[in-house]
Amino acid sequence: MATAAHATPRKGFMYYLTTVNHKDIGRMYMMSSLIFFFLAGCMALVIRAELAEPGYQFVDGAFFNQMTAMHATFMIFFAIIPGLIGFGNYFVPIMIGSPDMAFPRLNNWSFWIMPFSAMLMLGSLFVPGGSDAAGWTVYPPLTSAAFSPGAGMDMWILAVHLAGASSILGAINFIVTILNMRAPGMSLFKMPLFPWAMLITAWLQLVATPVLAGAVTMLLCDRNFGTAFFNPAGGGDPVLFQHIFWFYSHPAVYIMILPVFGMVSDIISTHSRKPPFGYHSMVWALVAIAVLGQMVWAHHMYSVGMSIPAQMGFMIMTMFIAVPTGIKVFNWMATMWGGSIAFTTAMKFAIGFVILFTIGGLSGVVLASAPVDYMMQDTYYVVAHIHYVFVTGSYFGIMAAIYHWFPKMSGRLLSERIGRWHFWLSFISVNITFFPMHFLGMMGMPRRIADYNPVYADLNMLCSVGAFIFGTTQLLLVINILYSRKYGKKAGANPWGGITLEWTNTSSPPHEHNFEKLPVWNHDEAYPVELYAKTKPTV
Amino acid sequence: MSAHHHDHEFYIPTGSIWPPVSCLGAGLAALGFIAHLHMQPALIGNLAMGVGGLILIMAVFQWFFTLVNEARHRGFGAGMVPLVLDLANRYGMIFFIVSEVMFFAAFFSAYFFLRMHNPEWPPANIKTLPIDLPVINTLLLLTSGATITMAHHSLLTNHRANATLFTFLTWQLGIIFLFCQGFEYHHAAYTISSGVYGTVFFMLTGFHGFHVLLGSLMLMFLHWRLTKGDFTRHNHFYFEGAAWYWHFVDVVWIGLFLFIYVL
Repeated sequence: MATAAHATPRKGFMYYLTTVNHKDIGRMYMMSSLIFFFLAGCMALVIRAELAEPGYQFVDGAFFNQMTAMHATFMIFFAIIPGLIGFGNYFVPIMIGSPDMAFPRLNNWSFWIMPFSAMLMLGSLFVPGGSDAAGWTVYPPLTSAAFSPGAGMDMWILAVHLAGASSILGAINFIVTILNMRAPGMSLFKMPLFPWAMLITAWLQLVATPVLAGAVTMLLCDRNFGTAFFNPAGGGDPVLFQHIFWFYSHPAVYIMILPVFGMVSDIISTHSRKPPFGYHSMVWALVAIAVLGQMVWAHHMYSVGMSIPAQMGFMIMTMFIAVPTGIKVFNWMATMWGGSIAFTTAMKFAIGFVILFTIGGLSGVVLASAPVDYMMQDTYYVVAHIHYVFVTGSYFGIMAAIYHWFPKMSGRLLSERIGRWHFWLSFISVNITFFPMHFLGMMGMPRRIADYNPVYADLNMLCSVGAFIFGTTQLLLVINILYSRKYGKKAGANPWGGITLEWTNTSSPPHEHNFEKLPVWNHDEAYPVELYAKTKPTV
Repeated sequence: MSAHHHDHEFYIPTGSIWPPVSCLGAGLAALGFIAHLHMQPALIGNLAMGVGGLILIMAVFQWFFTLVNEARHRGFGAGMVPLVLDLANRYGMIFFIVSEVMFFAAFFSAYFFLRMHNPEWPPANIKTLPIDLPVINTLLLLTSGATITMAHHSLLTNHRANATLFTFLTWQLGIIFLFCQGFEYHHAAYTISSGVYGTVFFMLTGFHGFHVLLGSLMLMFLHWRLTKGDFTRHNHFYFEGAAWYWHFVDVVWIGLFLFIYVL
């Protein structure tokens, strides 16, 4: 085992700079994503430190505003999306039986533009006037030249342009890879759920990201070249920005969660030693979420003065999304039902995901109701909702994926002992952090403001304590990775007894081109039950 | 440069320095643009933008020529291009055009939204341009759509000289279109900053013009490659990709002509 990795000479900087190997590019994505998780996490802790007590403790309002904007921006564009793209890059080709992505050099480009984008974004904090201080949603007129005159805002825009180009070209790469490079015999409906989720996600990225590019281009021109898209003085309208921005950014929410749905489906299935329940309904639910997700953008802006019928339409469409999402949640439970469940750390994070993401999904239905949203909009209820979706959703899913696939990538298992601490401390502290925010929101505490009325003080202190425990706990992941890649137990090719190609047909870590011999899929379905007889978990 | 791995049928290219170099160029140009907007003296920003832009263009060209050399190494005869590669290129081009369509969709929807939300269109202070030149431009682009199709037909029937001639005519029409557009800009009584009409007029036609320029450049390369003996009737993906792109640019213009000039 692992001879492939040892046989090749040490890989230097020039190798990684020019590499076209999807596994190396995937690992670079994951590593940079991890760095930005910690960076943006530190920004979150600055926010929580400031909010631990009413009044101003550590930072001034201007810097606090930049922190809220930068925390969200870095998490979305540099941590969650690239993290998921990293897993996709590494595992989609292997899971569909291909030696690489369809356009390996383009893949390299998509990764290496990100450091420049990140440099611009990070640099924006250090120019006179500071960075974007109007939230990651950059609504004009707050971001117009009159109210955000500094270079920071323009740097934010260009950084988003570069990251967007990476996203679009990466999406093309994923779609073409999945449509074109599957193993002989593997029709689309014999493909595992993670590649399916990446296909749907890539489609969303392909059609939504250019619209974001359009929105920020208009903002850039309004700021610098005298156009009047969002300037009422010239006949423009700031509400237009919100429409175009959310036409991207609502699908972006699904870009950050659909791959996780796919990963969790595969993880729960593997650790329950059962095929995912209702494979076809899982696929069609993904499609339904993506289609509906593109038609509900204006539920982020009920209170801008839309007509009542328009609000009704967006509200009903939004609530419909709960149906396919519910199908997925029940299918995950049904997958576990009667399965031979191994409560590994990967499985614990996956189950934690199912439970807590459901809370985030339900608060989403609450917010989807226009009359309720009039009360809740811009309060901490929204913050609670989005963090139950992103932290206990995307982040827990990514953690499950790390514990599940690290053995495949490195040839060694992550320590279950550290993993147990990592999971339980995360599970408890994440709820201490975000659950009280529902109550703060219902009490009327506005979001994105550094100071607050002392009546909110106790719950805020609780949130902050939880946040610091959660943040510190994540160091266990780094410790676990650093420890286990050297001293972890040897994994073998198939430690969990999985039946998808990355477990059955290649070593851990995989060969340079993934397979000794390209696989052929001779089965009638994506998760053939008969394969469970041939695979046994080795841990 | 090309590397066939004989242990499997897929084609995996070798690593290349040009993708990361083009990233460097793009990053430097972006930084220079910021400096250009916000830093004195302006020379620093302009210099960084220029150097970054040059690096970007050079790297993209080198990348492109690497691909051309690999294609020549493979040959263009029947069965010389692996089906999986040909299909990947086609899918890739189609999805790239889809993303471009969505970029224009953002600007078109901005236009419709602003037009709907303004009581008077065109606004009272705007004296719109006469329709003559846009009609000529429409005819130019429609003709160019026909000539590129004739070039394709000539290639398919092995009339190479005709294919080259019609490709030449196509990009010529594109350049003439750009000149007409420039003439129109020069004679417009409003600018990009005369309120919302000038904004949507110049941004939409401007981005379209930029895409005409890109499409014309693609066709010039096509012309050059045809004179160098590339492509046969069996294998000419680049020809088709450039033609698809040209048709896309054409369709966007028809949208602009209808909604901005006529209606």
